[in-house]
Amino acid sequence: MISALFRRPLALEPQLEPQPEPRQPARPVEPAGAALVDPTRARTARRAGSRVPRAVQRLAGPLLLLALWQALALLDVFDPRTTPSPGKVLAAAWGLLASGELQAHLLASLARVAQGLALGLAAGTAAAVAAGLSRVGENTIDANMEILRAVPNFALLPVLIAWFGIGEEPKVALIAMSVLVAVYINTYSAIRNVDAGLVEAAQIFGAGRRELITAVILPGALPGFLVGLRLALTGAWLALIFAETINAPTGLGRLMSDAREYFRIDVIFVLLAVYALLGLASLAVVRLLEARLLTWRRAFDGA
Amino acid sequence: MARDNLPTRAPAVIARGLRKAFAGHAVLRDFSLEIAPGEFVALLGRSGSGKSTFLRILAALDPEVDGYVRVPARRAVVFQEPRLQPWQRVLRNVVIGLPRGARSEASGRAALDEVGLSGRAAAWPRTLSGGEAQRVALARALVREPQLLLLDEPFGALDALTRLRMHALLLDLHRRHMPAVLLVTHDVDEAIALADRVVVLTEGRLSLDLPVGYDRPRPRGDARYNALRTRLLAELGVRES
Repeated sequence: MISALFRRPLALEPQLEPQPEPRQPARPVEPAGAALVDPTRARTARRAGSRVPRAVQRLAGPLLLLALWQALALLDVFDPRTTPSPGKVLAAAWGLLASGELQAHLLASLARVAQGLALGLAAGTAAAVAAGLSRVGENTIDANMEILRAVPNFALLPVLIAWFGIGEEPKVALIAMSVLVAVYINTYSAIRNVDAGLVEAAQIFGAGRRELITAVILPGALPGFLVGLRLALTGAWLALIFAETINAPTGLGRLMSDAREYFRIDVIFVLLAVYALLGLASLAVVRLLEARLLTWRRAFDGA
Repeated sequence: MARDNLPTRAPAVIARGLRKAFAGHAVLRDFSLEIAPGEFVALLGRSGSGKSTFLRILAALDPEVDGYVRVPARRAVVFQEPRLQPWQRVLRNVVIGLPRGARSEASGRAALDEVGLSGRAAAWPRTLSGGEAQRVALARALVREPQLLLLDEPFGALDALTRLRMHALLLDLHRRHMPAVLLVTHDVDEAIALADRVVVLTEGRLSLDLPVGYDRPRPRGDARYNALRTRLLAELGVRES
């Protein structure tokens, strides 16, 4: 598409500069149409390019990389002990799926992330709303959140273990913490950045505090919240990997450390692929939420 | 009809001896103005002259002012920007602040009908043109049946053709609802075309209070029009050759 945009002004060039053919006083002799260019010509070219769905076009890059990887693996460029071929990774994935192992561990990890996400979202949103809407809330919450944000999340792990032991709780808590911070920071600043003119207008027209919050401030902060959610999901998977390094009887992290112990490099690659898919799936969920919740904006962005 | 008994009724707006300063700089010094019920007053002034400050005081948006000021209980404002909530559909924007229910909704629809936008009740504000958005802002003001309508350069951001159409609409709405109107503008032509009386704010004081004195429509180029225009421009410090 970009190349099509560049091509257009180039096609117009001869018309803009009359110098190229000075000997030929073509203007009165030839019909005017000959010297003119069809400015809509690029349209057909663009249409042909977009016949393949966008999603499929986007897959081209990764597929090309996989093909290259497979080809290089077939040519024995890689040491198979450190870099298995895509085929071997697929076979390992199939094996894990057939035995039901992958599903069981995936489910355990998903449960942890879901719990951490629910806790972190609830706490982060509540804190952001409290701090965003009231001076007292801001004074009591915001500085603490800034401090919590400054502490690297994973440095909290020893404390969480001391408090909660080495069961499920510290893992969920770690995930919840990273979600909490991401959601809080973005939602709070979104609330504070709601257009003052809109708040003023609503107040002039008699909106009470309740309507102001539900009809102006919270909808205005929603895009910021969704940015926070996006970051929170990324953070949640990161926290999961870290949390599952501590004594996890189940979960993807467990599978990972087992694979490391038994030098199953193919399984490690399977798990990397699973993490990638999970990350992509979470982003897709946020995008879906954005499309559903921000319809008012789509009318504008789509233009 | 309402105009006939203007002088006998109590004023809709009383402002006496208003003083207001921003960071040591006096914006209003001993500013006084009265507006009769149903009267359409245009307030002219150079940019930064404090005319918007005065409007904000009347809108109860700026309580930090010295002096005596009284306004009716039902007021409505139209700003230069429409200030519609982008995440609420047009009708919801019109009835914002009103008690929820069928009655508000019906009066909201009626107001949209009056500004010629009955078909856009369910539209998102961002799909509207500038003129349409400003008409929604007018409907949002009208639906409250204001006794005082405050207009802060409401047509300043619109193109010339849309602005003329908005002038006609505004006059029509004014005739029908007869609120007192304060129109803050820097456009002399707009002031003459619309107002019953034009006042000029210079260096914090009311420097000119000029009744327009003849009926609308007031086509440009007519002798009375030109006289008013020259007088007002001179007051604003502009001399046309």
